[in-house]
Amino acid sequence: MRQIDPDFLELPSRQLADAALQRARDLGAEHADFRLERIRSETLSLYDARLEGAMDADDLGYAVRVVKGGTWGFASGIVLTPQAAAAVAEQAVRVAEVSAPINREPIELAPEPVHGEVTWVSSYEVDPFTVPSADKVALLADWSAGLLKGADHVSARLHQVKEQKFYADTAGTVTTQQRVRIYPRLNAMKAVDGRFDDMSTIAPAVGRGYEYLTGTGWDWAAELAELPGLLAEKLAAPSVEAGEHDLVIHPSNLWLTIHESIGHATELDRALGYEAAYAGTSFATFDQLGELVYGSPLMNVTGDRTVEHGLATVGYDDEGVQGQSFDIVRDGMLVGYQLDRRMALMKGLGRSNGCAFADSPGHMPIQRMANVSLAPAPGGPSTEELISGVERGLYIVGDKSWSIDMQRYNFQFTGQRAYRISGGRLAGQVRDFAYQATTTDFWQSMEAVGGPQTHMLGGAFNCGKGQPGQVAPVSHGCPSALFRGVRILNTVQEGGK
Amino acid sequence: MVERALELSASDGCIVLADEGSTANLRFAGNTLTTNGVARSARLTVIAIAGDRVGVVSRAAVRPDQLADVVAAADRAAREATPAEDARPLVEGVPASAHWDEPVTPTDIGVFEGFAPALGEAFAAAEAGGRKLYGFAEHSRTTTFLGTSAGLRLRHDQPTGRLELNAKSADLKRSAWTGVATRDFADVDVTGLDSSLARRLEWAKNRIDLPAGRYETLLPPSSVADLMLYMLWSAGARDALDGRSVFAKQGGGTRVGERLAALPVTLSGDPSAPGIECAPFVMAHASSRESSVFDNGLSLSPTDWVQDGTLEALLQTRHSADLSGLPVTPAIDNLIMRGPEGGRSLEDMIASTERGLLLTCLWYIREVDPQTLLLTGLTRDGVYLVEHGEVVGEVNNFRFNESPVDLLGRITEVGSSAQTLPREWNDYWTRTVMPALRVPDFNMSTVSQAS
Repeated sequence: MRQIDPDFLELPSRQLADAALQRARDLGAEHADFRLERIRSETLSLYDARLEGAMDADDLGYAVRVVKGGTWGFASGIVLTPQAAAAVAEQAVRVAEVSAPINREPIELAPEPVHGEVTWVSSYEVDPFTVPSADKVALLADWSAGLLKGADHVSARLHQVKEQKFYADTAGTVTTQQRVRIYPRLNAMKAVDGRFDDMSTIAPAVGRGYEYLTGTGWDWAAELAELPGLLAEKLAAPSVEAGEHDLVIHPSNLWLTIHESIGHATELDRALGYEAAYAGTSFATFDQLGELVYGSPLMNVTGDRTVEHGLATVGYDDEGVQGQSFDIVRDGMLVGYQLDRRMALMKGLGRSNGCAFADSPGHMPIQRMANVSLAPAPGGPSTEELISGVERGLYIVGDKSWSIDMQRYNFQFTGQRAYRISGGRLAGQVRDFAYQATTTDFWQSMEAVGGPQTHMLGGAFNCGKGQPGQVAPVSHGCPSALFRGVRILNTVQEGGK
Repeated sequence: MVERALELSASDGCIVLADEGSTANLRFAGNTLTTNGVARSARLTVIAIAGDRVGVVSRAAVRPDQLADVVAAADRAAREATPAEDARPLVEGVPASAHWDEPVTPTDIGVFEGFAPALGEAFAAAEAGGRKLYGFAEHSRTTTFLGTSAGLRLRHDQPTGRLELNAKSADLKRSAWTGVATRDFADVDVTGLDSSLARRLEWAKNRIDLPAGRYETLLPPSSVADLMLYMLWSAGARDALDGRSVFAKQGGGTRVGERLAALPVTLSGDPSAPGIECAPFVMAHASSRESSVFDNGLSLSPTDWVQDGTLEALLQTRHSADLSGLPVTPAIDNLIMRGPEGGRSLEDMIASTERGLLLTCLWYIREVDPQTLLLTGLTRDGVYLVEHGEVVGEVNNFRFNESPVDLLGRITEVGSSAQTLPREWNDYWTRTVMPALRVPDFNMSTVSQAS
């Protein structure tokens, strides 16, 4: 059984929380919560098999959030004494008081069962911070050297994070959690005849430990062995023919489309306008809950804070709400949103489904994404069977460029590689492609969903949202899927060449 | 802390960066406050150098009794590292900052004591006028101390403030945005900003649907900033030398010296530019393609990236400069674009437009093709049709596919320059001076239904 690191448990979390929460109560706060966080991160960057940059960082601090007079107040501190924590609580109350004159909507929170004192640790085998950096650099250098046999340049990057959180609130919930995540990515570049292109590994970011680099959860040897050949084929490939094509999309690409067009679109704070000035709103407005035909009847999407190895998987969120799994799209219909406690109560949706998250002790929790995943079809087809059903189309693998409008409707994506499908068979790669659609047109064009054997958990390591900006990790599981009649652009033509 | 860390290091050389940060923010939506907060931070970065090897360890909230462990970790990381190709002698001979020992002055929620009531009045005015205001106000102050075993003692205090203000009609169908950068919020006229947004919402009452296509387009300074920043971020000398960027020369080398713009535009950075002052020396917490920890403390001077339309410099470390044979031109934390003398205001450019689009801002800009620096993105919060010198209504939004490098070669007019806040990138970059640009054939790839 994995344990929370003793050095985190030795921090005076309880004393700090007691001092802060008591001070907030004394100053008249209706609600207060306290969060002590330690975020350890290491980033290693190699270029052409040589170490280019390394950063070993450790952030430690705590946050006090209060509701005073129906207004939020938030402050954070770094001095680990009860006196300092009480002073930070005073600051939070002062922030609420200064802000009160411009608040017109009293803050109330949906009820959540009091969970008492609980702990939770994510699923991993080897804490990456127990592995010497030199060993990691040596492994990445070895992989890079292999790729350099078929590429002009190779970059390699490894992100690792260990996140430890202690949470306590005035209702009596006290959680202590630890989770680990890791994201390796290698990119090979080659130039031929005045043209250059690159190709990255498609291995996703995951909620696993260092074992992910040594054979658990991904076959690195196989992927790295085929990458130079795939890059050479891409460089020699013909430019794509623009127009409508049927698409078979591999989960290594489709996860990002799900993230942008479903994950963000079904965040209730966006749908209600709380992100309007920044990230935007959503076409999936609240009045359409239960009525919006999001996609084809084959489309079933869940939000899930419990899936093993998910990047957004937690035992409890940053408001003390237990992790849950819930429906967002059922049989193609919008049936749910991602919630935090305030918005769950505001819209009469009962209990929060546990989507509050802050990326650091310096930030206030906001509504962030659960692992939002498209369900495979039980007994559904293989990727090859999906391809066999296409007369003229493309098979797209791996994520690359992405962009979507501020209501999560008009999008454009590229990929690591695309293969022409002719007569139900792959007919070599094409280049210069991008697919462009609107969210509902795209998901309504989904004609077939692959079976569980095609399922893969993709993910974003640093999804940005909110002001001040915060990053959050999130996974998206999905199968391969078939879409009919999607618009393909030729990006060279788009550039006016 | 810096002095003590330098003393504790057992490595051949040592660089210490201590960052003391403070922030305060207010966020609002629908004419009411949504979130707020204040935060303090402290980060110590120890860069130990053992021969040509380097170890970097960064820790937050380091207590005096933890300092030896942090330095020891950096020393150990340096010993265990592989050689760093950017290794160079530490920078020497830069005079110490006169205010090295002065106390740090943090920001706090009090920075909004004048602004918050004005914002409340703007909420009331918006409510009365059938508008909703959304936005974000943030102020931060970061003090960085840089000390090295080669004797440097440099300090930089950086105040940074920004206000984003977004007005929407009551049905949320019409939307207009504006933003300002500020050093202290004393100069922010929220009432005036709200009035300008109200005017644009009035323009938007006449809705005009236009198809995708290439249009003569007026890009306002904020949009120009978002595009030029992406170009600057893509201007690393190493990538160009390796043949993997738009600034790579076919057959090898870089495109430095090549004319990019027909008009004599200049794109530059200047640490002492009035209103957008920024750090006058290199502060590199980690090495990357465009920065080197060995360059810490290197003095920054005004640098033209593009001069009179010609590519003049790329982002260089001392290492990449040795490789390229070009001058050392490290990154600078502001960006200034100017055209020929006598550039007109955006209003005058509108008045002389027969038929064209006036954009407000660009959004979700991402790279599609690094070879041409083709970017995609969308318009938002107001695209207006100008006919016979006047705005005649609001047009639907578009997705665009364009390269800022290609655009430089096609612009037909450069307006007067003024300080502006980038829309998309103001999380990362607030210090810009930009002109409006006229582009005869901006590529609107598809219509976006978003409003």
